[in-house]
Amino acid sequence: MSVVTVQLGQCGNQVGQELFDVVCSDAQEGQRKTYSTVSCERFFHQTRHGDPVARAVLIDMEPKVINQSRTKAAKSGRWKYGDNSYFSQKQGSGNNWANGYCVHGPRHREVVEELVRREVERCDRLAGLMAMMSVAGGTGSGVGTYVTQCLRDVYPKSFILNHLTWPFGTGEVIVQNYNSVLTLAHLYQLSDAILVHENDTVHRICSQLLAIKHISFSDVNRVIAHQLGSVLQPVLTADSHGVYSRNPLGELVSALACHPEYKLLSVCTIPQMPSSSIAYSTFSWPGLLKHLRQMLISNSKMEEGIDWQVRVPTGSERTRGLTGSCFNTSLANLLILRGKDVYSADTGGFADPALYTSWLSSEEAFTQWKSQVPFNKYEKSATLVSNSQALLRPLDNMVGKAWNMFASRAYIHQYTKFGISEEDFLESFTSLEQVISSYSQLC
Amino acid sequence: LTLTLCFSVGQCGNQVGCRFWDLALREHAHVNKKGVYDEALSSFFRNVDSSGVKDVKQMYKINVLTYLNLQAVLVDMEEGVVNEILQGPLREVFDSTQLLTDVSGSGNNWAVGHMTYSSVYRDQIVDKLRKAAEHCDCLQCFFLIHSMGGGTGSGLGTRVLSLLEEEFPEVCRIVTSIYPSSEDDVVTSPYNSVLAMRELTEHADCVLPVENQSLVDIVNKIKHMSHSGKPGSMIKRDSTIISGQGGLSGAEKPFDAMNNIVANLLLNITSSARFEGSLNMDLNEIAMNLVPFPRLHYLVPSLTPLYTLSDVSVPTRRLDQMFSDAFSKDHQLIRADPKHSLYLACALMVRGHVQVSDLRRNIERLRLSLPFVSWNQEGWKTGLCSVPPVGHSHSLLALANNTCVKPTFMELRERFTKLYRKKAHLHHYLHVDGMEQSHFSEAISSLSSLIEEYQNLDASKGKLTPDAPRLSIAR
Ligand SMILES: Nc1nc2c(ncn2[C@@H]2O[C@H](COP(=O)(O)OP(=O)(O)OP(=O)(O)O)[C@@H](O)[C@H]2O)c(=O)[nH]1
Ligand SMILES: Nc1nc2c(ncn2[C@@H]2O[C@H](COP(=O)(O)OP(=O)(O)OP(=O)(O)O)[C@@H](O)[C@H]2O)c(=O)[nH]1
Ligand SMILES: [Mg+2]
Ligand SMILES: [Mg+2]
Repeated sequence: MSVVTVQLGQCGNQVGQELFDVVCSDAQEGQRKTYSTVSCERFFHQTRHGDPVARAVLIDMEPKVINQSRTKAAKSGRWKYGDNSYFSQKQGSGNNWANGYCVHGPRHREVVEELVRREVERCDRLAGLMAMMSVAGGTGSGVGTYVTQCLRDVYPKSFILNHLTWPFGTGEVIVQNYNSVLTLAHLYQLSDAILVHENDTVHRICSQLLAIKHISFSDVNRVIAHQLGSVLQPVLTADSHGVYSRNPLGELVSALACHPEYKLLSVCTIPQMPSSSIAYSTFSWPGLLKHLRQMLISNSKMEEGIDWQVRVPTGSERTRGLTGSCFNTSLANLLILRGKDVYSADTGGFADPALYTSWLSSEEAFTQWKSQVPFNKYEKSATLVSNSQALLRPLDNMVGKAWNMFASRAYIHQYTKFGISEEDFLESFTSLEQVISSYSQLC
Repeated sequence: LTLTLCFSVGQCGNQVGCRFWDLALREHAHVNKKGVYDEALSSFFRNVDSSGVKDVKQMYKINVLTYLNLQAVLVDMEEGVVNEILQGPLREVFDSTQLLTDVSGSGNNWAVGHMTYSSVYRDQIVDKLRKAAEHCDCLQCFFLIHSMGGGTGSGLGTRVLSLLEEEFPEVCRIVTSIYPSSEDDVVTSPYNSVLAMRELTEHADCVLPVENQSLVDIVNKIKHMSHSGKPGSMIKRDSTIISGQGGLSGAEKPFDAMNNIVANLLLNITSSARFEGSLNMDLNEIAMNLVPFPRLHYLVPSLTPLYTLSDVSVPTRRLDQMFSDAFSKDHQLIRADPKHSLYLACALMVRGHVQVSDLRRNIERLRLSLPFVSWNQEGWKTGLCSVPPVGHSHSLLALANNTCVKPTFMELRERFTKLYRKKAHLHHYLHVDGMEQSHFSEAISSLSSLIEEYQNLDASKGKLTPDAPRLSIAR
C-alpha cells in the first residue's frame, strides 16, 4: 500500500525533499529485498525504466523553492519528482494565513485536487495521505489547511496525517503565532493525527548532538527526515504475522490517536550523532531504552541534558494528584525499534501503567513495532512517537502570545482584509484552549 | 515576470529616482560581470545583454528596467528635471510612454498638484499605469517616490497613490517620502506636508519617511570623515553611499549625495525582489509583518554601514557592530532615537555574506536593550539576500515601526499651525478649484489623531503589562 505526500510552501517542500531522500537511500542500502520493495512501493512509483518517482505533489505559491527541490531530487541520481506533479504560482502568500486559506486555496482547488487524484490513481492501494508544511508562513499554513480540508472531502475514508513544522520562538515571521493558531485549530477538525517537529528543538539537536557549526535549514531538515523516516519505513507489528505491515498511517493513527481530543504527536529518536562517529559507536538496547524512557517521562527531546530526577509517580501520589509538574503523562506511545537484536530488547519499561492516564489500560496505550533491518546507517535505533503532554508547553506559549496580540487587535486587519473575522479568531482560540485544557488534565 | 512598478513624482522624486536607477543598473552590471560598472554606459548595455549584441540601438528594445524586474513612470509638472534625465545616460532606459510632464510646475502648492493637475492628467496616468501593468503577469508592488514639501510630488504624488489604490487595490503600495527640514526654502512646505500626510495615512500600505535634515547630517559626517583621512575611517572612493562616481552620472549636483543615500535605501529594500537569497523576503511581507494597525504604517529606515566602509572580509565583531549601528541615532534617516522609544515591530534586511546564525546571535544580543510593545516582544522579521551592494561585503537595512516618528510629526504640526493661525498663503490654495478650507482642518486633525495613537502606545512603554487573561474553558 502506498502513501501520497502533499508538500506545501517553502518548508513543506524542503522537508519533504529530505524525507524522500532519506527513505530512498535507506531502502537502497544493502541486501534486504523485501524491506526495500515494501518501502519503494510505499513512497515511490516507477518509470518505465524502473527509476523511482516520489508519490508526491508539490505546491507553493511561488516558483523558487519547488524548482530547487525538484532539481535537488533529480541531482541525487537515485530518485526524482514526477514531471507534472507540481503546482506553483508567481508570488507567495506573504506570510498571511488568510491569503492562503481564503484566496489562493480556493482559487487553485481544482488543479491541486487533480494533481492529488492522479497520484492516488497510480497507487494500487492507498494507505493514506500525508500533508507536510510549516505553520508560520502563509502558504504552507493557509493553503495547507485548505488543501487538507479538500482532501478530507474527496477522501472521507482515507487516513490523513499532517506533518507540521513549528516555528523558532523568534526571528522570522512576526505573525507566526496567529498563523499557527489558525492552522492548528482547523487541522484539529480535519486531520487524523498531527505529527509535530519544533524548529528550536531540532536546531538544538543539530548543534549539540550533531555538532554542526553553521546550521542550515538543510541540516535541520535531515534530522526531521531521519525521525520521520524511522516512523514510516516498513516494520513488523504485533498483528502483521511476520511480514511487513502494509498500512503505516492507519496503524500509526490507531496506535496513538484514539480520541478526537488528543491528536498531537511528538517524536524523538535515539541515538543521533555525527555521521562520522556512527561507525565507532556501539549501543546496547537496555542503555538506549533507559535513556529513551527517561526522555519520555521528563519530556526532553534530546539525550543530552536529560533530567534524571524526574520519576514516575507512585499510585498514591497519583491519586492525591501529586504527579509533580515535570512528569510528562502519556495517553499513548508507539515505540519503534530497528536494527540488530531487536527481539532481545526488553521494552517493559514503556508498558508501565504508571506512565499513562488511568482511563486506558497499558495494553491499549502502548504499541511497539520492530524491524531487524538497521535504519539509515544506525546499527540500532529507537524512535518514540508519543501522544503525551510533550507539546503542551509550546502550544500554550504559542496560544498565549497570539492571544496577547489579539487582545490589542494587532494585525487583525491584515486578516479581515481576506475574509477572516475576529469571530473566526475567537473560534480558533476557543478550540485550542480546549485542546490545552484536555492535555493538561491528562493524569 | 513579477514586477515592481515605480512612480517618481516631482523634482525631488525624479532626482532620487534617477539616482536609484543609476545604482540599480550599476549593481546589476557589477553582478553580471565584475568590474564593468566603471565603464561607459554603452559597454554596460552590451554587458547586460547576454546574447552579446553589440549594437546599443538594438539594446533599447530590450527594456533594461524590465530585466531588473522594475518598471518606472516619471511624472513632473515641469520639464527641467525629466529633460535633464533624458539628456543624461539614463535616456537609454526610458521611453516616452513612461514619461508625463507639463511646463509650469505646481508652484509649491499642494492643491495645484492634487486638484488641478490631477484632473487634467488623471486619464493619462491611469493609462500609463495600465500599460506598464500589462508588461507583467504578476504585479508585486508599487513604489512611489516624492517629496512632501513641494506641490507636484506632494499633491499630484498623493493623488497618484489613490489612483493606484483604485486601479489595483490588492497590490501593495510602498511610499518613500522626503520630509522638508525646518529651514526649508519652501515657505508653504508645512501646508503641503500636512495635506499630503493625510493621504499617506489613508492610502499607503507603508511609508518610509526620510528627513532632509538627516540626509544633510549624514553627508556632512561622511565628508568630514573622508577628509580627516584617519586610517580605519577611510571612506572608499567607490562607495555607493553618497557618491555617484563610477556610475552613470556626470558632475555632482547639490542634492546628489543626499539622494544617493535614499537610493541606497530603495536598492536594499528591493534587493530580495531582484536577487536570490536563502531567506527571501517578499515585498508584500513587509506590511504584513510590520504594520499591526492600518494607520500606523510609518517605518523608520536606517542604513548601515554608513561611515566605516571596508571591503575585506569582516570579523565577527565588525559584523556585530553593523547590527548595533542600525539602532543608533546617527544611522536613522529621520532625526529620531528608536532605542528610547517603543518598537511595534522591526525588520532586518541583510545583504551579503551573512549567515542565519549571525542574525540569530545579534537579535538575541540586541533585543534585551530594545523596548518592544508588550504584545510583540518577539516582533522581528528577517530577510537575507546573498548579493551585497557594490563595493561592500555586507549591508543592513532596518525598518522600524517605532513611536520615534512622533516628534517629527509634532514638529510638522507646529510649523503648520504657525502659518495656519495667521492664515498665511491660504488664499493661494483656496483659489484652486476643488480646494476647500475643510481640507486643511481635516488634514490637521488626521495628523493629530495619528500623533495621539503613537502617544498612547508610548505611554504603555515601561509599564508592566500583564498578560491578557486567557479564555477559560467550561468542562
Ligand atoms: N525546519 C524547517 N523549517 C523551515 C524551512 N523553511 C522554512 N521553515 C520555517 O517555516 C516558517 C516559514 O514558513 P514558510 O514555509 O517559509 O512559508 P510558506 O509556507 O512558503 O508561506 P509564504 O512564504 O508566506 O507564502 C518559519 O517558521 C521557518 O522557520 C525548512 O526548510 N525547514
Ligand atoms: N533630498 C532631496 N530633496 C529635494 C530634492 N529636490 C527638492 N527637494 C526638497 O523637496 C521639497 C520641494 O519639493 P520639489 O520636489 O522640489 O517640488 P515638486 O514636487 O517638483 O513640486 P513643484 O516644484 O511645486 O511643482 C523641498 O523640501 C526640497 O528641499 C532632491 O533632489 N533631494
Ligand atoms: Mg514561501
Ligand atoms: Mg518642481
